[in-house]
Amino acid sequence: MTVTEPTSRALDEIKIGGMGASRKRVEDNRFIRGRGHYVDDVVLPGMLHMEILRSPLAHARIKSIDASAAWDIPGVRLVLTGEMMATRNLAWMPTLSYDTQAVLATDKVRFQGQEVACVIADDPYIAKDACEAIVVDYEPLPVIVNPTQALAPDAPIIRDDKQNQPDNVCFNWEVGDRDRTDQAFADADVVSKIQLHYPRSHPSPLETCGSVADFDRATGKLTVYMTTQAPHIVRAAVALIAELPEHLIRIVSPDLGGGFGNKVPVYPGYVMSILASILTERPVKWIEDRTGNLISTGFGRDVYLEGEMALRKDGRILGIRMHTDSDHGAFFGDAQPSKFKIGLLHSAFACYDIPTAHLTARGVYTNKAPGGVAYRCSFRVTEAMFFQERMVQAAADDLGMDQAEFRRINFVRDDDFPHRTPFGFLTDSGQYEKCLQVGLDAIDYPGFLKEKEEAAKNGRLLGIGISCMTEPLGAGNSREYDILGIKMFDSAELRVHMTGKAILRTGAKTQGQGHETTWAQIVAHELGLPADDIVVEEGDTDTAPFGMGTYASRSTPVAGAAIAMAARKVKAKARKLAAHLLEVSEEDVEWELGRFYVRSAPDRGVTIQECAMAAYSNMPDGLEPGLEANAYYDPPNLTWPFGCYIATVEIDPVTGVWDVLRFVAVDDCGVRINPMIVEGQIMGGLTEAYAMASMQFITFDEEGNCIGSNFMDYLLPTAWETPGWELHEVVTPCPHHPIGAKGVGECATVGGPAAFVNAVMDALKGHGVRNVDMPLLPDRVYEAITERHDVSGAPPIRTDR
Amino acid sequence: MYPSRFAYEAPSSLDEAIGLLHQGAGEAKVLAGGQSLVPLIKLRFASPELLVDINRLPGLDTLDVAADGSIRVGALVRHRDLERSTDLARVQPVMAAAAPLIADPIVRTRGTLVGSLCHADPQGDWAAAVTAVGGHVVAQGPGGRRTIPIADFVTGPFQNVLAYDEVAVEAVIPAPTGQVAGGFLKLERRVGDFATAGTAVALELTGDRVSRAGIALTGVGSRTIDARAAADSLIGQVLSAQAIAQAADLAAEAAQPNSDHRGSAAYKRHVIHTFVTRILTRITTTSERAA
Repeated sequence: MTVTEPTSRALDEIKIGGMGASRKRVEDNRFIRGRGHYVDDVVLPGMLHMEILRSPLAHARIKSIDASAAWDIPGVRLVLTGEMMATRNLAWMPTLSYDTQAVLATDKVRFQGQEVACVIADDPYIAKDACEAIVVDYEPLPVIVNPTQALAPDAPIIRDDKQNQPDNVCFNWEVGDRDRTDQAFADADVVSKIQLHYPRSHPSPLETCGSVADFDRATGKLTVYMTTQAPHIVRAAVALIAELPEHLIRIVSPDLGGGFGNKVPVYPGYVMSILASILTERPVKWIEDRTGNLISTGFGRDVYLEGEMALRKDGRILGIRMHTDSDHGAFFGDAQPSKFKIGLLHSAFACYDIPTAHLTARGVYTNKAPGGVAYRCSFRVTEAMFFQERMVQAAADDLGMDQAEFRRINFVRDDDFPHRTPFGFLTDSGQYEKCLQVGLDAIDYPGFLKEKEEAAKNGRLLGIGISCMTEPLGAGNSREYDILGIKMFDSAELRVHMTGKAILRTGAKTQGQGHETTWAQIVAHELGLPADDIVVEEGDTDTAPFGMGTYASRSTPVAGAAIAMAARKVKAKARKLAAHLLEVSEEDVEWELGRFYVRSAPDRGVTIQECAMAAYSNMPDGLEPGLEANAYYDPPNLTWPFGCYIATVEIDPVTGVWDVLRFVAVDDCGVRINPMIVEGQIMGGLTEAYAMASMQFITFDEEGNCIGSNFMDYLLPTAWETPGWELHEVVTPCPHHPIGAKGVGECATVGGPAAFVNAVMDALKGHGVRNVDMPLLPDRVYEAITERHDVSGAPPIRTDR
Repeated sequence: MYPSRFAYEAPSSLDEAIGLLHQGAGEAKVLAGGQSLVPLIKLRFASPELLVDINRLPGLDTLDVAADGSIRVGALVRHRDLERSTDLARVQPVMAAAAPLIADPIVRTRGTLVGSLCHADPQGDWAAAVTAVGGHVVAQGPGGRRTIPIADFVTGPFQNVLAYDEVAVEAVIPAPTGQVAGGFLKLERRVGDFATAGTAVALELTGDRVSRAGIALTGVGSRTIDARAAADSLIGQVLSAQAIAQAADLAAEAAQPNSDHRGSAAYKRHVIHTFVTRILTRITTTSERAA
């Protein structure tokens, strides 16, 4: 039997907007026209407005709250205090890390910006006026703003609300093989050490958090429009915790103006708006202001890391020891889905072939905002990879080895997958050395080293920094990852209409990632339907299938896979319809993009659209009508994209100001669905990496006042100072993902910072400096240059004024 | 960010505006570019009862750069107008150097130089430039006009000498008598950030010698600092390395910085020293010296 080459009739995948097409983002049609629909655009009849009164003090006992003047203001409908919440058992709520968090303070305030009362009024101006009219009598208490203070023997206990909480430690945790690691250090020729602080940062989505709660007494239905990256988890939480019936709870996450992890947790404001709507029987809107967002919602990082590396003289790494002290603020509210107390921090060193490692982690309470979130990363992976690459550079320097060569000889080899990391993760694929080489070639590594040497003769300080990492993205699998017991799978539901147009719904929730564009491309790839014929809908729990939401770069690895699987189910049914239409048996039907045909007579075929029409108008006997399918996808493993980032910098030795000369990024995220969107993600991630390395931090003075409560103190970089990015790619498909894709949205944020810091430290080599902690503000670099010592720890708030 | 309740008036004449301010009896504020006032109101750091919007007043948007080098900047002249002025670089290099460093491009399209002077932020940039050139502010109130030297205009952080019913109608940069040179350098963590430290230098030279000098500092004290001793040390001098070093030392001494999240006091002082040195050294290379 001859097989006729069928390519002539297959659709051009790029033309239909399939995999690999740099299709323009369809959601931008409404965004650039100002026609997005955000929570603050929700206006309901009779809607009231809520404002929150926040604590000015970081730690104080509440002696009394007098809200009588607030009640007297015309237009005020409701004033809520902790005492009133307590009568409904809502003064405290559980966190995503099995701790509790105050909704409204009852006994004490534990951080500056904590919610103390809220006012619901006819308009937000009245509500704000009324907040100012509430008189709170505070008795100040000693304040703790860092782990050292928290762990001091005489430290005041922040969480005196908890039984069995004799100190400020919220956990001690360890992972790895202690004995074997001890042995590795005993066998080492050289031991290299480093100590770092990853400062507190904030995801700062440009849209702050907010909600519109609408409880309908007549139907008993609660609808909440809210800024959430995970609407189904919210519905589950409301059902399980508030004991409202799940079928009468509808969570709608409309267009989101960014999330970056900040919109994963459940915040007190949401809870209060829901209660307020139930009590007033009116819709209640709460829109957080910028300061509220910066000082009270989920931050990132704030971890002190120290560790050492056991090394053989020839450069091989024998073992790693690490310890972390993480600052969780007043409530352990980390929004993370793993069973590991310090998230995936032990994914550190996953790209290196290291026999053994051991990590101890300790978390503490402080008088700072709670709710550490995975700010554009899998949880704590940013800290892990930053530590890893700073440690690697320090070790290479200690050995007197070239930093690229040191990485090369320790990388996991291409033929050594699947590879078990020293902390127990299983990585699946990669071409690490190739990525590094692409980067070194792009930056002209030997050329730059020469240039650097020449420049040094003229007193100029040039440096080059490398950062390589593989990041665990795409939680689950369900064995190891869950939120409040709900397993980390995801879902898709694809319905093809009779004219071949389709609607796709998923349990993920786009917030800028471009799901409306890329998800349609996956369907186009699987079914040959033009991407423009597929509408994508997410975020409404009444219509979308149950899913775990979008964060930790999990959407393409998990929901993306579910989409492919749902499309394949549709295709399997379409094949039956095609066989029926072609009057042959199913086994004789072949597929090419967009079309089924008879194997022995390729000219005889039917399009996917013709199959769709048949599903509603010409079904074979015994086949149920319609053409739709859903899929729940539980990934067998995380995906492990790889990134290699290389920065070159020049430091002004007189002022400590440093400029990025060039920045090369090589990303291997497997198969790219939409290369343009991937590149946009990488550029955005690098910009955030640059921000953290150069200018960004939230810190606190000794009274616990937050320095970084607005965008003049907490800096987002602009186009003016952001360097140009040079992007390159290597493609190693993920072996277990249906379309070979890996997560990518966060790699650059995770891997980027170490490249900048390593570059500055490289330029300072010979100045007696081993480490300057981020952000590398000019004064810190200047101090390192002139004082010839490390500049470590949280950026100090000196108080000599 | 919801401000307290306030009234808003947009008068069409200066007399009307002054009348409204007078009625406001200290509870009224003038709104020009709004780039400092509006954030303060939004954050409820300021709660004026009345905003008097002067944007409709005629004649206040004049930027007059005279051939002799004198400059009149009306109260509605935006930072952007100064940035785009082709004459400014010729007649007053320190002003031209400062213009593109004010805040960020968005603020520059709305904010005004006169408003910036009135706001009297210790980290403001224009006040340093205007101090260095020895400018003054013209104010008009019910009793008529008066001219206030910039050195007397600002009385403290966010405080000026204007009576509550006076409007600052223009800033005047006097004509120089010698050859003009100068520069403005600012260290900021990011475009749009307040100055960690900033330095304005304005010189007039007769031949090779300095005949007039002004050095002013921003971000390093509770108000703009007129580094008079540093400037005076240059009078009659050739800009030798020694003279530059002495002026830089004196300017750094004049700074009164605080340590904060933008840097330590010692670092800020060092930056002032560096900036004075750099501006003066560049002037000696003549490339930045105006004709």
